[in-house]
Amino acid sequence: MFFRRFAVFIYAVLILIPLIMVLLTSMKTREETFQNPLGLPEAGINVDNFISIFYEQTMAGYFVNSATVTLSSVFLTLFFASMIAYGITRLDNWKGNVLFIVFTLGMMVPPQVNMVPLYSVVLNLGLTNSLLGLILVNIASTLPVAVFILTGFMKTLPKELFEASTVDGAGNWKMYARVALPLSLPSLSATAIFLFVMHWNDLLYPLLFITDNAYKTLPLALLDFQGQYSTNYPMLFTGVLIASAPMVIIYIFLQRYFVAGMTSGAVKG
Amino acid sequence: MKISKTIYLFFIPGLILYSIFFLYPTFSAIFYSFTDWDGISENFNFVGFENYEKAITGDSIFVKSVGNNMEFMLFVVIFQTIIALIFAIFLVKNTKVNYLLRALFFFPTILSSVSVAFIWTFVYDPQLGILNQILGLVGLDMLTMNWLGNADIAIYALAFTQVWFHAGQMLIIFVAGLHAIPFDLYEAAKIEGATKWQTFKKVTWPLLAPSATIVIAYTTIQSFQAFDLVFAMTGGGPNNATEIISTYIYEIAFRGYDFGYASAISVLFMMLIALITFIQFKVLRSNRVSY
Repeated sequence: MFFRRFAVFIYAVLILIPLIMVLLTSMKTREETFQNPLGLPEAGINVDNFISIFYEQTMAGYFVNSATVTLSSVFLTLFFASMIAYGITRLDNWKGNVLFIVFTLGMMVPPQVNMVPLYSVVLNLGLTNSLLGLILVNIASTLPVAVFILTGFMKTLPKELFEASTVDGAGNWKMYARVALPLSLPSLSATAIFLFVMHWNDLLYPLLFITDNAYKTLPLALLDFQGQYSTNYPMLFTGVLIASAPMVIIYIFLQRYFVAGMTSGAVKG
Repeated sequence: MKISKTIYLFFIPGLILYSIFFLYPTFSAIFYSFTDWDGISENFNFVGFENYEKAITGDSIFVKSVGNNMEFMLFVVIFQTIIALIFAIFLVKNTKVNYLLRALFFFPTILSSVSVAFIWTFVYDPQLGILNQILGLVGLDMLTMNWLGNADIAIYALAFTQVWFHAGQMLIIFVAGLHAIPFDLYEAAKIEGATKWQTFKKVTWPLLAPSATIVIAYTTIQSFQAFDLVFAMTGGGPNNATEIISTYIYEIAFRGYDFGYASAISVLFMMLIALITFIQFKVLRSNRVSY
């Protein structure tokens, strides 16, 4: 019992110390981190670095880019994936199975594997330095996992529901919009959170396709700060706090859903 | 029951994007791997298996990156799975404190890998980093070092960061698996006088096998995707000591403009992942039981 508590305590400390350190360091000056890397900030609680980072960087722009790309990618991935999941569920034959395999094949291939040919596709379509390009690539890359989760869920819905509405003369569109989607809401929201975290935090695609500051997202902007500020950790951590803030706030309020969502990709099906 | 043909329309938007941005690039990698394309010019030559030959026989950095990747993967898979399992057992009861602790351990998962990379670059910093500071405070000065600058240590320092990043997510998967084990099996074991260890060995572990399969498979894929973390923390250095396959592909393609060669390595990378997935599937499949 003692060992158990002790081990849990150590683990908690290991998680907390680096996080507290980020918060404290973001309130220090650069000189202070060198003289007193572990201690409390001399100036107490302050937001000086926040103010200077907004002066020095186009933070608001990066933030808007990240939000645009993330929200559009999540919404469109869910839309297209739920249509596919509906199609597979309704076909319910070998054609459906083949389509399921084709669409989930992508889960086996990490995005780093095909970055080289993907880059030339995006370049040839003139979609580098464009938020639209990022959104389209994002959809294609997370479509497999979304199809996987949503199909798994829709297959558990009672078939009679669909059959009854067919008798009533409802076409596929109506059935998708009025029956399949509303009933899949729990699965859709879990998938939404999963996708939200993935797209908000993604570095690879912006790194490959974006060079113009006007289209950079937060993770890529952060990576640039490393070049500009080098060992100016207070500024870097201020950037980290700004980039993580939306996710942390949502996590605090929707924690249950988060845990369900972030593991649904692995557990369901 | 007959289904209207309009059902096929439901696949179209997804299929178009998926074909252009996933299927086509994935298959065209195979095509380009037999060329000397530089990624920019319209002309390229077919070079047969030359790129593959070069990778396997003539490129020590590639061989090193495969080795590093395997080392990283083994470290992460072993430690992350064990830590997640132990703490899942510790925190399995749904008490208020346990909810809170699980939420805390899960927390790093929601951060971006760039943020995690910055946090741990600071922790490992030879002068400012808390790791060396703490080692100094407790009198273990001889252990202080430049963690990310030491070619023998850096890959493990990165692997540890990855475990810090994702162990909480795996812990949650294990907790869900533990909750799915029927309670009467534990009661039966208790009545028959089984020790804690026997109960774990005969009840918990075999019934947890499906969750363990998921955790191990997921962790393996994640450790192949650790590109961001390595890229932002060491960039593959020092002296290629932390070069993994994906950072090396990036290096060749976007700094060396050798798209043909980078494609060949991508194909080899894909084959390696397929092989490892297949082995895991076989091994983990063989030790499943049901009661």
